[in-house]
Amino acid sequence: MSGEGTFSLDGKTIAFQAGDTIMDAALRAGEYIPHLCHNPEFAPHGSCRVCIVDILGRNVSACTQPAAAGLEVKSNDPEINERRRKLLQMLFVEGNHVCPACEKSGACQLQAVAYYTGMLSPHFTHFFPQRALDASHPETVIDFNRCILCELCVRASRDIDGKGVFAIDGRGMIGSRLIIDSPSGRLGDSRFSADDKAAHVCPVGAILPKHHGYDRPIGERLYDRQPISLVGDVAAHDDEA
Amino acid sequence: MVIQPPNQQGVDVVNRTPGELTAALLADGGNDPTLLVQHLHRLQLEYSHVPADAVEVLAKGLGLTEAQVRGVIGYYSFLHESPRGDYDVRFSDSITDHMLGSRYLLQDLAGRLGVEPGVPRPDGRVTVTTTSCTGMCDQGPAILVNGRAVTRLDNHRIQSIAALIEHRTPLRDWPAAYFRVDDNIRRKGLLLNHPLRPGDAVVALLELGPERILDRIDAAHLLGRGGAGYNTARKWKFCRDADGGDDGRDRIVVCNADEGEPGTFKDRVLLTSYADQVFEGMTLCAGSIGARRGFLYLRGEYLYLREQLEQTLRQRRAAGLLGTGIGGRAGFDFDIQIHMGAGAYVCGEESALIESLEGKRGIPRVRPPYPVTHGYLGRPTVVNNVETLVKAAQIAVSGADWFKTAGTDRSTGTKLLSVSGDCERPGIYEFPFGVTIRTVLDACGAADPQAVQVSGAAGRTIPPGEFGRRIAFEDVGTAGAFMVFNNERDLLDMVQNFAHFFVHESCGFCTPCRVGGALVQALVDKLHAGHGSRYDTEELRTIGGLMKAASQCGLGVTAPNSVLDTLEKFPRIYESRLSQKDYEPSFDLDAALQEARDIAGRDDAGAHIRNGI
Repeated sequence: MSGEGTFSLDGKTIAFQAGDTIMDAALRAGEYIPHLCHNPEFAPHGSCRVCIVDILGRNVSACTQPAAAGLEVKSNDPEINERRRKLLQMLFVEGNHVCPACEKSGACQLQAVAYYTGMLSPHFTHFFPQRALDASHPETVIDFNRCILCELCVRASRDIDGKGVFAIDGRGMIGSRLIIDSPSGRLGDSRFSADDKAAHVCPVGAILPKHHGYDRPIGERLYDRQPISLVGDVAAHDDEA
Repeated sequence: MVIQPPNQQGVDVVNRTPGELTAALLADGGNDPTLLVQHLHRLQLEYSHVPADAVEVLAKGLGLTEAQVRGVIGYYSFLHESPRGDYDVRFSDSITDHMLGSRYLLQDLAGRLGVEPGVPRPDGRVTVTTTSCTGMCDQGPAILVNGRAVTRLDNHRIQSIAALIEHRTPLRDWPAAYFRVDDNIRRKGLLLNHPLRPGDAVVALLELGPERILDRIDAAHLLGRGGAGYNTARKWKFCRDADGGDDGRDRIVVCNADEGEPGTFKDRVLLTSYADQVFEGMTLCAGSIGARRGFLYLRGEYLYLREQLEQTLRQRRAAGLLGTGIGGRAGFDFDIQIHMGAGAYVCGEESALIESLEGKRGIPRVRPPYPVTHGYLGRPTVVNNVETLVKAAQIAVSGADWFKTAGTDRSTGTKLLSVSGDCERPGIYEFPFGVTIRTVLDACGAADPQAVQVSGAAGRTIPPGEFGRRIAFEDVGTAGAFMVFNNERDLLDMVQNFAHFFVHESCGFCTPCRVGGALVQALVDKLHAGHGSRYDTEELRTIGGLMKAASQCGLGVTAPNSVLDTLEKFPRIYESRLSQKDYEPSFDLDAALQEARDIAGRDDAGAHIRNGI
């Protein structure tokens, strides 16, 4: 890792500290780089690739790339934004994301980043996977249709809650899926609690609290009020999303 | 050389319960979570699946959650939570196996046994399915039966195998010829002719010292033979200079024998007939950088080689070439363990391989940091290809000038090529770097070649106009595969085979490879079926470009190569199949009504829509 210094992000000078990634330094400077699987409370993951930036013609994920003095980083760039839109479209067609009928609408990072990047339609052919819903837990429901495999719940349950309630099973697009550590494989039989960190990190509508779905009406939610580039992650606004 | 049939396996009565076997595996230091994949592999071979009670015992014993253990089982193609058949038959699904008729043989065997491909027969006797390339392209079509390679299938063998399975004949009683794996070495050069004896490189190391050995390898300009072409001496020095822990020797040497690239089988031959030289190279590396532990990561498909490799390791220990005080030098301590892969192509990527060595799902790591500083369990780790290690040992003994008598300025030495496909003499060809593709085609007896796929499914598609190009890092780089396609072949079959391969083998971690690969597959299938339009070929270019630019590891970066290369160099294979429209929907209205037909229990003409009516 490099020591302190500065790099340029879309022409702006960004200061960084030892151990920073591009994302760390940008967020601290108040510069938004679109992202889904990144949450500053957790070790960088780099799976969604939405935070790709251009450094000397190479695309790297800002959340994993160590900051270094003198780098010229392009983020809000037509070509990079086009790639981000395509990546978001891929996530939309991979699962079943029906914004108008989704309880998370208005407080969903996938939706908000799609708006931010100007994604107008899912474009690609939908895969329409058939995924079950797990409503076995009294306080929390999991809708696997909306899971984007960011592993934030996996990381939170393992690293902060110390429970390891979640894991990823399978391989590739057909196989990869979120699973739950319990004898039945259902959330209600697991050690999960609605007070767990894992219950409050999902960037999309896959892990949702029961009984409070519409306490705040759609139209008045976090990203209904302000764009994600100004307010940032939904996980940082748990009470007012 | 001839490989004898295994002495175990088959349908012998299982004497231990899964719980008992698992407890035995966990005893004597077996409760190390890095051994998870090894234990699962063993349970799978014994019970044709990993039973639920074993999952529970393993999770407790290794300090993992059951979901973590399940996640590992679900990741690897050769591990299963529900029983396969007593005979688990997997047909190698490489395009070269297809070209030798494997799909017809699969249907034939499934028909004879009355089993649906991929689904265990109701009596639990047998499963017949496909698997990614098993590395027998020079003697296919090939299958794995309970993990053991069977080669040179034909109708007669299929008929006989069906009978053996119906009669519950244990594998050890199957005809030995079925398990014969030939080296098929067709052309020898510097490497295959080198008379290196066990201990020669160790002696050279003890005489010259680590620094001069590293200088030799540096002067030879040895570049990694696994495909990436990284400078071997530089890799070793980075690892040597990284923090070696309290005793300064807590470093790791890994031999990457996860030869999964379709069409590649040269490491199989080196591990069969040059194993001592492979281990010599690992020991040389250990002595040069200060490493105490070594792993040979052996792909699951090469399980049949394990026992003889263990035997070679035992001989080397007995000869003082492994263990403590190697070559009589106090403090030169190093030993090698064999770890089995369990069916995952991406584990050939070094950081995914290390994850697998640690007993985990083989997901490529975020880099930096690189393995040379933070590898196996965070220790500095060198991961080298099998062929690279053999060459390093030979250079230590014979010197840089000897090595540089072959090759080009930038690509010194020779390269082992695994030649398969439409040619008279498939097998191993050792050529100096700089050899033209045409020379290799002439040597292997390729009449009427339409294209050569160099470096496997991840490699490049070379048209006849480029047969004058050279195999070299500065021109056409390769990990070794050389698949020949004659003019009778439909290259779109190859593209489709590779597209399916990458969807099967994508680890699923990053979006562009996971979803992009599946979109590419769907578009290639659509084009192959004659339903494609120009719009679809443009989509392929766009998605392929995104995969190359944004994927996390080399799998996603190289997965679209054959699509992009053929779109550019073989446009006719697409154009000849395009429907006349600029756009044709991927949505098939009639197919979409199937669910409704199923519910209504109807399948008559009136329940179908044809031609949009």
